[in-house]
Amino acid sequence: MKMLLMGNEAIARGAVEAGIHVATSYPGTPASEVFATLARYAPELGFYAEWSVNEKVAVELAAGAAYAGGRAIVSMKQMGLNVASDAVMSLAYIGVKGGLVLVVADDPGPHSSQTEQDTRLFARFAGLPVLDPSSPAEAYTMTKYAFDLSEELGLPVILRPTTRCCHACQDVEVGSLLPPRPVPGFTRSPDWVILPSLSARKHRWLVEQEERARLLFNESPFNTATLEGRTGVITGGVSYGYVVETMDQLGVRLSLLKIGTPYPLPQEKVVEFLAHLDQVLIVEEQEPVIEEQVIRLAWRQLIPCHISGKHDNFLPRTGEFNVDIVRSALARFLGMKSTPASVPAPPELPQRAPTLCAGCPHRGSFYAFKRAARGRDVIFAGDIGCYTLGAAPPLKALDTCLCMGASLGLAQGLARTEPQRRVVAFIGDSTFFHAGLPALANIAYHRAPVTIAVLDNGTTAMTGHQPHPGLALDLAAVARAWGITCVLEADPYNLEATVRAASRALAEPGPSLVLLRRSCPQLTASDRCCTVDPSLCTGCGLCLEELGCPAMSWEKDHVTIGPNCNGCGLCAQICPAGALREVRK
Amino acid sequence: MNIIIAGVGGQGIILASRALAEAALEAGLAVRTAETIGMAQREGAVVSHVRIGLPDYGPLIPRATADILLAFEPGEAARHLACLRKGGSAVVATSPVMPVSVSLGASAYDVDAVLRFLEGAVEHPYFLDAAALAREAGSIKALNMVMLGALSRLDLPVGEQNLLEAALKLLPPQTETVNRRAFALGRQALEGLEK
Repeated sequence: MKMLLMGNEAIARGAVEAGIHVATSYPGTPASEVFATLARYAPELGFYAEWSVNEKVAVELAAGAAYAGGRAIVSMKQMGLNVASDAVMSLAYIGVKGGLVLVVADDPGPHSSQTEQDTRLFARFAGLPVLDPSSPAEAYTMTKYAFDLSEELGLPVILRPTTRCCHACQDVEVGSLLPPRPVPGFTRSPDWVILPSLSARKHRWLVEQEERARLLFNESPFNTATLEGRTGVITGGVSYGYVVETMDQLGVRLSLLKIGTPYPLPQEKVVEFLAHLDQVLIVEEQEPVIEEQVIRLAWRQLIPCHISGKHDNFLPRTGEFNVDIVRSALARFLGMKSTPASVPAPPELPQRAPTLCAGCPHRGSFYAFKRAARGRDVIFAGDIGCYTLGAAPPLKALDTCLCMGASLGLAQGLARTEPQRRVVAFIGDSTFFHAGLPALANIAYHRAPVTIAVLDNGTTAMTGHQPHPGLALDLAAVARAWGITCVLEADPYNLEATVRAASRALAEPGPSLVLLRRSCPQLTASDRCCTVDPSLCTGCGLCLEELGCPAMSWEKDHVTIGPNCNGCGLCAQICPAGALREVRK
Repeated sequence: MNIIIAGVGGQGIILASRALAEAALEAGLAVRTAETIGMAQREGAVVSHVRIGLPDYGPLIPRATADILLAFEPGEAARHLACLRKGGSAVVATSPVMPVSVSLGASAYDVDAVLRFLEGAVEHPYFLDAAALAREAGSIKALNMVMLGALSRLDLPVGEQNLLEAALKLLPPQTETVNRRAFALGRQALEGLEK
C-alpha cells in the first residue's frame, strides 16, 4: 500500500512496523510530527507513548524500556540532544538490550533553531552509528532497520533526518503494523551499573562495536555506487536528490556514491569507489563529516584521487543546500559554465517576519511589564518559544535569548553583576518545566533578586501545541513551597491588573514570580472581536505602533481591524480616543 | 511538473500542497513536497514546493524551473517569481496581507506596483480576488480552496474532481459546503482565461 507521508510520519510508520513498546519525545521543530504520529498509533497498537518533560528524561525513559528488552524510539530536534547528551554519552558505554532508536532532526538554514549543529558529528563523538535518510521513503526503511541494527550491536542507533526530509512529503510504500511482542524483561547484572572499572571495559567494547558497525555498513543497501567514468561525486542525506537533479541539468553522467551511513564510514565501499576515480567532489550539507573521513582514508591507503568539497571551498559548511548551490559547485568542479537564469527584479517587497499572532496573550504580558518598568532600567531576559518573537519591533521586549530555560540563569548572573538593575526572566510554561525548574530552585535557594514572568498559555505553542506537565501541575505552588513569598497571578488580557502585578513583582527586593495565565488563541475559538469607530479614531497610531498586532492596519487616516482579530481587547484598553471597542462577533 | 505555492503563514498553504500531493498519489504519480513548518507559520512568508512525476529529485524546486506559481498574496508571488520558468503560469490572489512592518512604516508595500510588475514579468498571469471569493463562499478561511479551484483550470496531471475530493478529505466535514463553493468560485474566476 502506498501512502503520502511526511518524513516524520514515515519515521513513525517505520517504528510502528518494527513493533515498538515505548515512544517518548519533547517537541521541537523539525522533529515534532514523529511523536505526534506515534501518539495516534499508540492506542490501537497498545504501546506506551508520552510527551516527556524534556529530552533527557525522554531518553532515560526509553533506555529503561530498552534495558527490559523492549523496543523504544525517542525523537527530538538537534538541540534536544544537547539536553539529553549526559544520558546518551553514558548509554553508549552501557548499551541496550531491546532496540533503541534516537531520532534527532537537524535544521540546516536554520529555519527554526538557534544553531546549525550536525548530529552526525555528535554520533561520532558518542561512538554511536548514525543513519542519514535522503527522503521520507528512505527514512521509513532506515527506521525499521535501525531497530534491528540496535539489537545486533547492543547500542542505541541515531537516525538523523534534516528539515527537507522531516517536512517533505512523498509517496511511500508501507507494510503492516506490528503490535509490540512480549518483552524478555530486565535481568539484574553489574553491567547496568556504570562505575569507572566498568567504563574502562565498556569503552574498549564501544570501540570494537564501531568496527562491527563498519563491517555491517560495507554491505548496507543504504550505501550505493554507480560507476560512470573517472570523475565522481560522493553525497549523502537530502543532498543526494540535489546531485541527481544537478547532473540532469548540466547534462553530465558522473560516478556516484550515496552514503546513507555517514558514521562509521563504510570504508571498503569508499575505497573501491575511489579506486575507479581521478577526482571526486563530496557534497554534504553542514559539517564535512563524510569528507574528512574520506580524506583520511584516501591518505592512509595512498589512493591517488583528487578530493574536493568543503576544505577547498567548493561548498559551504553553513546554511542549507539546494540544487542551485550544488549546481554552481559541480559546474565549477567540472570546469563548466553555469549561469543562473536571469529574472526581472521585483519592486521593493515588504519584510514579512514571523509575528506574535493577533490575540496572543504574550503581547499583553510584555506590554504590561514594559509599562511597569517605565522610568526604571530593567533588563528583560527571554527564552525559547513563540514569545521569542516579543524581541521584534514594536514590542522589543526581550534583551536576551540563548537556549531552553536560560532566561532564569542569565537573569541571576546579570542581577549578581549589576545589583542596581532589576532583571525579569520571561519563560513559557512548557519551557519552564523543561529546563526552568532547577534554575527556579537555584533562585529560591540563593534568594536571587530577580522576577520570573511565566507566560502560561497552557500549551507548547510554537512547535504545534503539544501538552506539558503544567497542564496538571501547579508551578506557583512549587515557588511558594520553595520560599518565594511574592507569587502573583494575572490575566494578560486585563492590562491594568497585569501592570499592577508586574509593578509589585518588580518592587520586591528578593525573588518574585508572576504567573501570566491565558490560553493560546489558536486553541480556543473566540466569540469576540474588536471594532474601530472611524469617527472617533484620531489616527494617532498608538495602538499600531505600541502593539504591532497583525490584525490591525491603516486604512487611509484611521486604523482598521481584520478578520483575524480574536477580541483580546488590548488595543481597546490603550486607545486614548475610545475609538476601539471589544464586542461579540 | 513543478508547482510553487506561496503565501503568508495561516493562509492554508500546507493544506493546498497536501491536497495536490494526495491527488497525485491517487493518480498513481510519484510526488514530493517541501513545506514551511515552524516559526514562519506565525504570519511569516511561507512556501510549499510540489513536484509531481520526478521521483529521484529532492523536494526543493530549483530556480526558474517551476511550471506554475500559485500565490495566495501578490507580494509573495513577486518574492518567489525567480522560481518560475520561462513560459510558466502564475495564479495570483490580488488582495494583500499587510505585514506589521508596513503598518509600522518600517517597510514599504506598493501593491499596485507589485501587480503591474507581475503582469509584465509573467508570461501567463492569472489574477483573482481570492479573498473576496472566499468571503462570498462563506469564510475567509476558504481562500486556499478558491486558489485550488483556480489552479484546477490549468493543465495539471490531476483531475479537477480528484483535487477537490483530496482537499475535502483533509478538511473538517462541517466546512464541506463552504469549501465546495469556494473551489467552484475559484474555478469559475478563471473560466475562459486558461491557455
